[in-house]
Amino acid sequence: MSFLSIRNLSVRLRKGPPLLRAVSLEVAAAQVHGLVGESGAGKSMIGKAVLGILPPSVEVTGGEIWLDGVDLLRLPARVRRQKIGATCALIPQDPLTALNPSHRIGPQITDRLVDILGWTRADADARARDLLAEVQIADPDRVMRSYPHELSGGMRQRILIASAFAAEPKLIVADEPTTALDVTVQKQILKLIGGMQARHGTALLFVTHDLGVVSKVCQRLSVLYSGLVVEDTSVADFFAAPGHPYSAALLAATPKYTDPAAGLQPVPDAVIAAVRAEVAAFDAGGAHG
Amino acid sequence: MLDGRSMVRRRAGARLWLSALWLGLLCLAALLAPWVAPKDPLAQDLFLGRLPPFWVQGAEPGYWLGTDSLGRDVLSRIVHGARVALMVALVAGTVTCLVGATLGLLAGFLRGWVDMVISRLIDIWMAFPPVLFSILLIAVLGPGLWSIIIAIVVIDWTRFARVVRAEAMAQGAMDYVASARVAGRGRIGTMLREILPNVLPTIVVLLTLEMGIAVIVEAILSFVNLSISTDDPTWGGMISEGRTSIHQAWWVLVFPLVTLFLTVLSFSQLGEGLKDRFDPVLR
Repeated sequence: MSFLSIRNLSVRLRKGPPLLRAVSLEVAAAQVHGLVGESGAGKSMIGKAVLGILPPSVEVTGGEIWLDGVDLLRLPARVRRQKIGATCALIPQDPLTALNPSHRIGPQITDRLVDILGWTRADADARARDLLAEVQIADPDRVMRSYPHELSGGMRQRILIASAFAAEPKLIVADEPTTALDVTVQKQILKLIGGMQARHGTALLFVTHDLGVVSKVCQRLSVLYSGLVVEDTSVADFFAAPGHPYSAALLAATPKYTDPAAGLQPVPDAVIAAVRAEVAAFDAGGAHG
Repeated sequence: MLDGRSMVRRRAGARLWLSALWLGLLCLAALLAPWVAPKDPLAQDLFLGRLPPFWVQGAEPGYWLGTDSLGRDVLSRIVHGARVALMVALVAGTVTCLVGATLGLLAGFLRGWVDMVISRLIDIWMAFPPVLFSILLIAVLGPGLWSIIIAIVVIDWTRFARVVRAEAMAQGAMDYVASARVAGRGRIGTMLREILPNVLPTIVVLLTLEMGIAVIVEAILSFVNLSISTDDPTWGGMISEGRTSIHQAWWVLVFPLVTLFLTVLSFSQLGEGLKDRFDPVLR
């Protein structure tokens, strides 16, 4: 059985339009699952629903989120928090706002281990030092004494990756972890995340709009349009032959480094119309059923 | 690696030291008033009325800043007035800050119905004209030091609540708050550990501003004779009395006014100076 199994998850704005339309996906242990789609397709919303950090303006209207054999949505809030805290972590999008500017780096990594998981201070410090070394930070002791504003964006993203792995989680949600970074730094960070994931055997839910990134780190992917999963397939199959016209158009719209002269292909209007019709058909069906 | 910003030692700032010096002197004067004040602030002597300050022709030795129309020593009255002013500033400022910042933090971080209730309350509260509201409150509570303090807290908590709410909301949207929640920190824990330290510099600035405002409010209420009993000297009361003899004895009005001005200025500069020095992001 999959480690994370989302079944028919529906989310909408309170008294507003749906944001996720019966999303289903399976992530096996130690697998990397990509979530791709345009802005506003609901990629991040899936990750937030799993981690229980949906904004207050959003509500879950149906479905199940099975994590490690329990349906998170049916757990009482306190138990759910503990379950998520013990098994999941987040690598956020923007390293500039993801570290608390008022605290030094060391405590930001270790306090959660000490306060919430009951580690000893010495164990937590040693763990943080090891992880910082693992993400190739040259002088872990010095960095642990620094404030976030004293470090560069790439450094901060490394720290966030180290911090995400600190409690040895089984699932990490990476919400566009390279989007806010320089292109040259992006590649290093991707390699780092891939390496850490493989070494620690962590399942990864990887939110991105960059198909190039997906081809490098993911094994499976779900393509979303307007909160509807239009395709859920293995990465190899996807790049060989996309199973849905929208996926094919999305793939064609990706710039090719091998052939820059080819230019960019916009997603054709006919494809957009077709996928919108699918969404409309789903909504009509949902209303009747 | 570590960039140059961490190497720069920020200057301590003259304004921090100057304002701290003035407020320190004032605190000493207030604490030691009976021993420091050269004369009895209440002693009247009609033969010594309207003596000018020491550098003007006709000054009497011992009456450094002159006397008012009843022959009371201006300097001694200013020194004794500092007791009321500082008492109001410290107590009213702190209590206002605690009430307002707590409500603002709760509203801004918890959102939902808590925010609804507190925000509507702020809106309604701020629709009252503050001066009339305070005069009304004093009229109900009766004049006295504690009435002034209560009036300031009741009126000014919205100042903190509004700003802290907005700041807490902005901080609440940051990714580090999401990370803390994922890690399993509770709502109150997240609020105190993740949000509060980032709102604290703003709270400190507001607190010192509020202390200055409290001094002014006390002076205004003394000016309209609604402060503490008229026997105890207050800066506002002195300004009010000095106003009637401004053409014959300017010093009765000007010295308490300058003291008031310097004190309020020092409070606000102290806040800015502290923020510069202790905000890790600016540091």
